[in-house]
Amino acid sequence: MTVRSLFFASYRDLAGAEELLVELPAAATVRDLVRELRGTRAGLARLPESPAVAVNLEYVPLSTPLRDGDEVAFIPPVAGG
Amino acid sequence: MPPAFRVTRDPIDPAALLRDTVAPSDGAALLFWGVVRDEHDGRPVAHLEYEAYAPMAEAKLREIADEARTRWATGEISVVHRVGRLEVGEASVAIVVASPHRAEAYEASRYVIEELKRRVPVWKREGYVDGETEWVPGFIPLAEGGQT
Repeated sequence: MTVRSLFFASYRDLAGAEELLVELPAAATVRDLVRELRGTRAGLARLPESPAVAVNLEYVPLSTPLRDGDEVAFIPPVAGG
Repeated sequence: MPPAFRVTRDPIDPAALLRDTVAPSDGAALLFWGVVRDEHDGRPVAHLEYEAYAPMAEAKLREIADEARTRWATGEISVVHRVGRLEVGEASVAIVVASPHRAEAYEASRYVIEELKRRVPVWKREGYVDGETEWVPGFIPLAEGGQT
């Protein structure tokens, strides 16, 4: 399956991109995606092991299974207001 | 007009926001007007650069407003957050709470700004007078249940 990974603010600086399409095996979880990104993209080695993540606009635990076409946003500590 | 939950590059018009949020059943409306301050921890700030994950930010603003309306039985609540470059003195966020009674409006307004800071996906980078820029450290939002 393929998921869209989105990076914002300081995480975008690490990724060097706003968006990456990532191929994952079936039944992969958010944690698997984090591991994949940390392992294969140089700047993302500095992504936290347990970052805040939103799948399809909702915060989810890292154990959440992913589905083909999911939008997975990596959310650095938020600082609105 | 229905209440607004918006992320925008345009300056916020407080009068329009008040007008669009207040209904005939309301006896009060409270405007929270968050502005860019000229210093952070003693360091002079020249401007701020805001960014948001807009679709999620708007959904979270609506979610927080719904929680506040239910908890304090207020009228409509609108929340608008700016993105892009903002100069000192410009408003980055506006919250209007309309309510039949004022006490509930104060409580709800406080709740909305505190929760906004905890979980709405918005970030800001400070541009200092000395020319450096830095992402402002923020809150780590928790998934439902609080565990990753």
